[in-house]
Amino acid sequence: MHLAYPAVLSALLFCTGLYGVLARRNAVLVLMSVELMLNAVNLNLVAFDVWLSRTARETLHSGQALTLFTIAIAAAEIGIGLAIVLAVHRNRGTADIDRLRDTAEGHESDAPAAEKAEATA
Amino acid sequence: MTPASAALTTATAAAGTHGFLSPTGVEIAFLLVGIATFGAALVTVTTKQLVHAALWLVATLGGLAVEYLLLTAEFIAWVQVLIYVGSVVVLLLFGLMLTKAPIGPSPDADSGNRWAALTVAVAAAGALVWVVVDAFRTTWIDLSGPASGSTKVTGASLFRYWVLPFEALSVLLLTALVGAIVLSRKAKADTTPTPAGTPTVPGSRREKEGAR
Repeated sequence: MHLAYPAVLSALLFCTGLYGVLARRNAVLVLMSVELMLNAVNLNLVAFDVWLSRTARETLHSGQALTLFTIAIAAAEIGIGLAIVLAVHRNRGTADIDRLRDTAEGHESDAPAAEKAEATA
Repeated sequence: MTPASAALTTATAAAGTHGFLSPTGVEIAFLLVGIATFGAALVTVTTKQLVHAALWLVATLGGLAVEYLLLTAEFIAWVQVLIYVGSVVVLLLFGLMLTKAPIGPSPDADSGNRWAALTVAVAAAGALVWVVVDAFRTTWIDLSGPASGSTKVTGASLFRYWVLPFEALSVLLLTALVGAIVLSRKAKADTTPTPAGTPTVPGSRREKEGAR
């Protein structure tokens, strides 16, 4: 198999996840897009590991080991991320990223709206 | 899929002994599953229905598991099915449920900067696909012989060379477990104020709740 196939698929999946992270508004959907990006990296790692284990006689299998580590870290990330999203939703009443502007700079007009959202929460 | 196919056709002429115009069966299977995976990923990031996004994510992750199988990485494929399809998507569905996501189509699923995001993503995809195809168009993966990702091989390399990172990872998972429990526990600071004598950890959750 050509190495270009998995590499191109990985690049396309990564950019799909990039679009999702930038364009989505719900925090859970942003976490889904992050999962897409991590999976693209995993596909790259596995493809290059298979290639190197044949051509370079590499017996360390670093790509597959790192893929397993990435999967474990992604599981930890999704657990912590969802806990944070749930805590924010409990305190503010929304999981909308665009409305969490407390630390934003230069948006003086948004301050009353943010205070009102916090008061209603 | 259009930029990828265009880039692939331009790279066809320069391929060496293994041409892009005479694909093997594994390549055809990889291409078909890859198209399905990429389409499911596109639906995941563009659909207006939040629960459907999670279900299309299942299709994407399952397609990636099939791709791992085609790359002879069996163990990774089954770990992918177990952890991603089995637990991460269930966690995401629970997250959607607990944040009171609407069942029907929600018109404000995409934020206002989606055109800027689309520009950035398309530019990044074009640049990445161009560079990757240009770099690896003559590189050939030999998939014959014993599987390089069977459970035996992966286990041997994992427990022979990667034991210390493996154990560190278990500590990380434990930390994440405890952290998730602490984060999602309901704080009782409103009903039981802290006595004056007990020192509170600076920046702790209880202190923030009291300050609010």
